[in-house]
Amino acid sequence: MRIGYYPGCSLLGSSREFDESVRAVMGALGVELVQVPDWNCCGASSAHVLDAALAAALPARILAQAAAAGLDEVLAPCAACYNRLVSAQDSIAKDPRLAKEVEEAVGAPAGRVKVLNVLEVLDRLRPEIQARIQAPYARKVACYYGCLLVRPPRVVKFDRPEDPRSMDLLAAAAGATPVEWPFKTECCGASFSVTRTDLVAKLSGRVLEGAVKAGAEAVLVACPMCQSNLDMRRPEINARLGRDLEIPVLYITQALGLALGLEPEKLGLQRHFVPALARV
Amino acid sequence: MSRIGVFTCHCGENIGATVDCGKVAECSRSIPGVVHSVDYKYMCSDPGQGMIKEAIKEHGLTGVVVAACSPRMHEPTFRNAVAEAGLNPYLCEMANLREHCSWVHEKGEVTTEKAADLVRVMVEKVKHNQPLHPIRVPVTKRALVLGGGIAGIQAALDIADAGHKVVLVEKSPSIGGHMSQLSETFPTLDCSQCILTPRMVEAARHPNITLMTYAELEKLEGFIGNFKATIRRKARKLDEKLCTGCGLCIQKCPQKKIPDEFNEGLGQRTAIYVPFPQAVPNKPVIDTANCTFFKSGKCKVCEKMCPTGAIRYDQEDELVTLDVGALVLATGFKVMRTDKFPEYGYGQDPDILDGLQFERLASASGPTLGVMKRPSDGKEPETVVFLACSGSRDRAKGVPYCSKICCMYTAKHAMLYRHKVHHGKAVVFYMDIRSGGKDYDEFVRRAIEEDDVQYVRGRVSKIHREDGKLVVKGADTLQGGAPVEIRADMVVLATAVQSQDGSEELAQKLHVSYDPYHFFAESHPKLKPVETNTAGIFLAGACQAPRDIPETVAQASGAAAKVAALFARDELTREPVVAVVNRLPAPTFSYCVGCFLCQSACPYQAIEQEEIKGRDGSVLKVVARVNAGLCQGCGTCVATCRTKAIDIQGFSNEQIYAELMTL
Repeated sequence: MRIGYYPGCSLLGSSREFDESVRAVMGALGVELVQVPDWNCCGASSAHVLDAALAAALPARILAQAAAAGLDEVLAPCAACYNRLVSAQDSIAKDPRLAKEVEEAVGAPAGRVKVLNVLEVLDRLRPEIQARIQAPYARKVACYYGCLLVRPPRVVKFDRPEDPRSMDLLAAAAGATPVEWPFKTECCGASFSVTRTDLVAKLSGRVLEGAVKAGAEAVLVACPMCQSNLDMRRPEINARLGRDLEIPVLYITQALGLALGLEPEKLGLQRHFVPALARV
Repeated sequence: MSRIGVFTCHCGENIGATVDCGKVAECSRSIPGVVHSVDYKYMCSDPGQGMIKEAIKEHGLTGVVVAACSPRMHEPTFRNAVAEAGLNPYLCEMANLREHCSWVHEKGEVTTEKAADLVRVMVEKVKHNQPLHPIRVPVTKRALVLGGGIAGIQAALDIADAGHKVVLVEKSPSIGGHMSQLSETFPTLDCSQCILTPRMVEAARHPNITLMTYAELEKLEGFIGNFKATIRRKARKLDEKLCTGCGLCIQKCPQKKIPDEFNEGLGQRTAIYVPFPQAVPNKPVIDTANCTFFKSGKCKVCEKMCPTGAIRYDQEDELVTLDVGALVLATGFKVMRTDKFPEYGYGQDPDILDGLQFERLASASGPTLGVMKRPSDGKEPETVVFLACSGSRDRAKGVPYCSKICCMYTAKHAMLYRHKVHHGKAVVFYMDIRSGGKDYDEFVRRAIEEDDVQYVRGRVSKIHREDGKLVVKGADTLQGGAPVEIRADMVVLATAVQSQDGSEELAQKLHVSYDPYHFFAESHPKLKPVETNTAGIFLAGACQAPRDIPETVAQASGAAAKVAALFARDELTREPVVAVVNRLPAPTFSYCVGCFLCQSACPYQAIEQEEIKGRDGSVLKVVARVNAGLCQGCGTCVATCRTKAIDIQGFSNEQIYAELMTL
């Protein structure tokens, strides 16, 4: 399988381990990732609150670049990128005037490239994953989807918006036991991480406490924003909760990578703030 | 030579604002055969009809085209007017300038041209029209009421009181329906059972009513006044005549842990059971899916216990055929179950109930005898949250319509809870309060002001269990969307009212229209609320739309009045739009060659074989003949006929070709 790849800024910076683990897992499963040439920012999280045309044009250019490179499908592992790309496609399809404006700005039509999130691509590969498990990731895990992968349901049309399960199925394929818990799509505080860290501590704290209460030994995520809030903001979270939560937060691709027998360093497991290596 | 009159109607602005009606009238004048053409604002009004009548006399018209709305509503109006002027009514046709033109196109010359075309087409048809005469059929003065809830009971009693025979068919073992499950009723808080059970008994004892419980409609054939209904009487495994309803069998049945439908799964019943103690008839049925004898071949305790020897393990379903003249559909509704709500835990939590379950919890005849105990551990709930609009008015995940009864029953539930648990806290989350109805708003105010129910305007995004409590997370939109979190002991979802299971199949079986949610469709939303599009089939209660008890009863009485009006006549007239096999002089007799492809194509079994005999009695030819009483005029036989021997009266091939050729 050959598929376009749009890493976006997070995967080059704060979430390098997501990039590393996606590439490693896809490599192990025989998927060729073709990076979209000369890609640009997707616009998250500022463009869509400032300028509707810009919010559509930035993703449109990325998709036009992908189309020009002969790609039919693009994997956008970052949930924010994924959401922006899909939302822009949706608003362009619904508004011919916007479509024209964007086409003029980009210099090419938006094209029909299909945007996929990491769970969608992995879901297709579930039989291969199951066949290649070497070291089952035999832990109780809380799969945390956040908001951007499943909402708004009419636009992203992915999984069940209130109670998604694609990651749970993947975790189970990797040998883990997904717990039933009520916080799968609760808010982590998202980009308030910088301006209102206290809010993030409160909201992410609830999510982590929920995972621990449900008996999880690790939280699995598929969004850099969720991961950084639950992981990097752990000191603030723990201070607010008044307890020392040590539950690690892994990308689904890291858990899968371990189960496929890949080396922890190749999956970037040493990069987390809350030690993950010792507990995997 | 035809002398056709064309009458173009503006339909107020419906047609007039889009189509240049004056121009249509003018164009029509030049159509060969048209001798008179005018336009008028409301052709269906008395002066409008007067214009038609006068023109017929003045110009000696041989045909009339009214270019106006859909024939559904006003074809009878105009045909009556034409008949009053002495012309055969079937020489009058309508061109539909409203639905087929003005409502679907923009104003403009092309639109007016299309309108003129529609008139021209209809003029060509009328030139080929033949005078027709209505078909007379007798009326069987017995009604079939499907569904034994309050709607069916009311309709049956009213028809029976008008002096006609009624068969009341109910699919469950007892009549009573949802109303028998309710605790108390809004807005008076009178006990549901106390007002219903006397009516149930009355229905059972009425000399004009035959009760068929544990029975379902299998098949319906025929037409208004002359239906033939096949009813499947499901085997109770019991001789009803011998059973005295003593209940010994129920007491001794070893299977006691079957979820009880009447108590909405909150209680348990035995395998041989009556749904509730006040059931009518008070005769048990054996639930063969759960009966030890039917599962393992051993037990027969009920047979041993029965003092009258009424148990019949070998009893089979029985098919009964009935001639009836009219049907009342009163098949009721169901409520959406709590498992449809992922954000509220898929109904997995025993303390998250739907409205009907709460009714059973609050009912004196319920599993807790009316004492407020939550299902999970039997403790008295200290805080109860009620969620209105669960699934209703929810385009994304539920149904778009308002379920109508929830605002009122939620207020009632909160009130009942507060009356039973004085120190308890009741919170209602709502979108709007829709309490239109006599004494309804006062009732809601009473809940808020006198019974201290806390109303929060906002939706609940999630319910989950934490440390033994149900955490209800919502927003208070009257406080700027402030997040609200309530730790409750029990939650009641006012889930959406939905059409009864199997409604779509039933509607198709009866040729009754239904809406996208499988509620049966009334013939006209304002003026024919209890009729269906199939003559002789009427609607009562929540099978048509969500309804409360007062509305249901009113509608049931309305349907009964329609049935009584129908039965007041000895004969009915039917439209003569039926198929006819042509007849010719000997030796051809008919174009029909007797292949009888039409017979197998006819969905109504309306085609018979006729032997044409010579003087000596020998059979000269066998040809098809249409039974005009059974034919519905669908035209399938016309399309099937290889020799073009069949035509639909009023829609003959000649007429249709004339229409097409003029385009």
